[in-house]
Amino acid sequence: MSYVPDNLKYTASHEWLEDLGNGVYRVGITEFAQSQLGDIVFVELPEVDESYAQEDECGVVESVKTASDIFCPLVGTVTAVNEALEDTPELLNDSPYDDGWIFELELGDDADIESLMSAEDYRESIADED
Amino acid sequence: MPFIPHTEDEIKDMLDTIGVDSISQLFDEIPAELISSKLDQIPARMSEMEVTRHIKKLANKDGTPMCFAGAGAYEHHIPAAVWQVTTRGEFYTAYTPYQPEVAQGTLQVIYEYQSMMAHLTGMDVSNASLYDGSSGLAEAVLMAVRANRKSKSKTILIPKNINPTYTQVVNNIVKNQEIKIVGVDFDPTTGLVDQDHLASFADQDITAVVVPQPNYFGLYEDVHAMTNWAHEQNALVIGLVNPMSLALLSAPGNWGEQGADICCGEGQSMGVPLSSGGPYYGFLTCKEPLVRNMPGRIVGMTTDLDGNEGFVLTYQAREQHIRRAKATSNICTNQGLMVTASTIYMSLLGSTGLRNVAANCIKNTDSLKQSLKSVDGIKLLFDGAGFHEFVIQLESANAADVIEKMAAKDIVAGVDISAQYPELGQTILLCVTETKTAADLTHFVKELQTAL
Repeated sequence: MSYVPDNLKYTASHEWLEDLGNGVYRVGITEFAQSQLGDIVFVELPEVDESYAQEDECGVVESVKTASDIFCPLVGTVTAVNEALEDTPELLNDSPYDDGWIFELELGDDADIESLMSAEDYRESIADED
Repeated sequence: MPFIPHTEDEIKDMLDTIGVDSISQLFDEIPAELISSKLDQIPARMSEMEVTRHIKKLANKDGTPMCFAGAGAYEHHIPAAVWQVTTRGEFYTAYTPYQPEVAQGTLQVIYEYQSMMAHLTGMDVSNASLYDGSSGLAEAVLMAVRANRKSKSKTILIPKNINPTYTQVVNNIVKNQEIKIVGVDFDPTTGLVDQDHLASFADQDITAVVVPQPNYFGLYEDVHAMTNWAHEQNALVIGLVNPMSLALLSAPGNWGEQGADICCGEGQSMGVPLSSGGPYYGFLTCKEPLVRNMPGRIVGMTTDLDGNEGFVLTYQAREQHIRRAKATSNICTNQGLMVTASTIYMSLLGSTGLRNVAANCIKNTDSLKQSLKSVDGIKLLFDGAGFHEFVIQLESANAADVIEKMAAKDIVAGVDISAQYPELGQTILLCVTETKTAADLTHFVKELQTAL
């Protein structure tokens, strides 16, 4: 069973969101997602100050066997990116919920955080494949 | 053994199984008006002997004229060893090297090719080649749009003094992708990019600038100034170059303060013979940070579990067999055989040999320009320095007529560019490579005087 922390929100495309306060959320991919991708060799980060709509492609995670888009979980503006991933993309494998965070998003006015999945819902959604 | 995949009986069995009367019934959904009628324009079959005779007859029509045409495809001497080696079965029949365990030879040739092209263009990375120079430029444009994420306008500046065919091909390939191709004028007195017109694009959102060296008229551009200007505008620089000229000129990677970002061009001049419609090959090289935006195959060197050196395709997550619709290009093949010939050509000549070829091209071109100065009825347009091409303007004669008269004398007297540049009048683009002797040049001048 993949680890799914209770305090985060989740998307069907396997991103997690952590509330940093003041409408800013940290975004990464779940432990389940990184285990499906395999060894990650490259992360294309979003641009800081760039605004994205919900489900916009805002980055790419490339592993030894595939490349997968990162989708913006909610409408918002990117306020920071994890530059450590440029040289050490394996942080996504080793520490998906901490050192392997990808970017921080300031939610737009129309963003509805409650529309995303709870930890319980997400666990259920991956139960068959996990 | 004839290669017949199915017998009549097998076909009937299969059709019976799915309850269909005939194979043509399987294509019922194609509207009748789209199905071609009988191919009655195509002659009946011929034996191998008849085909050989027929093709020889057609080939002889071409003859072996003395060639002064360039405009993107160039006649150079190709040492006999080049194609002797290239046509060895191991190279000649090699297919896509997706299985590195059985394709080390092919992979190593491509790796050597990439190393040579990266060195020649002063760049960090080369792909395994593309179809030709013009589609190479189109791929460079698409790559620049992907790589320059800060630019939102998808606007590419392309000088009007690059090969107009290239601009057409680029337009064909990128026009449906919301990419804007904007022409930059050239100065009609110098033939060089009009720096004032270029400067008028300052402070606009420009994604990339194409910088030619030499330009279509054979002239050297101030590539350093153009590269610096483009970088000041946060635009990427795409160098469009003749690789043979790089034996002597500064490599695109060294242009201006930071060097060009992407470099592309036609590779035919190095080891591939002239041929109507190709096959030729395009090359594409870039700076290291752009490698993930590069299209096409890239071969890398690695080590296996036992520490042995080996070669494999790398960065494959860019390509369509992995990224599908989001691949960097829908063209993930390369011109393997042409690249093999080029690699052998470059290694046979070495850097000294390539420099000698380039220097002799310039010497012969200058020599013909000198002789033509005293010919009545023509004018040498543009007096700047250039590589192995230049433009002559005919004062009263018609360019197409002159070329036709010269053809009757077994001379290909350049390319008529009057229709491409009507503002320049009746003009011919001439090219002189190292293949011409002093006697050839004298012969050309004499026949041209008669034709005028």
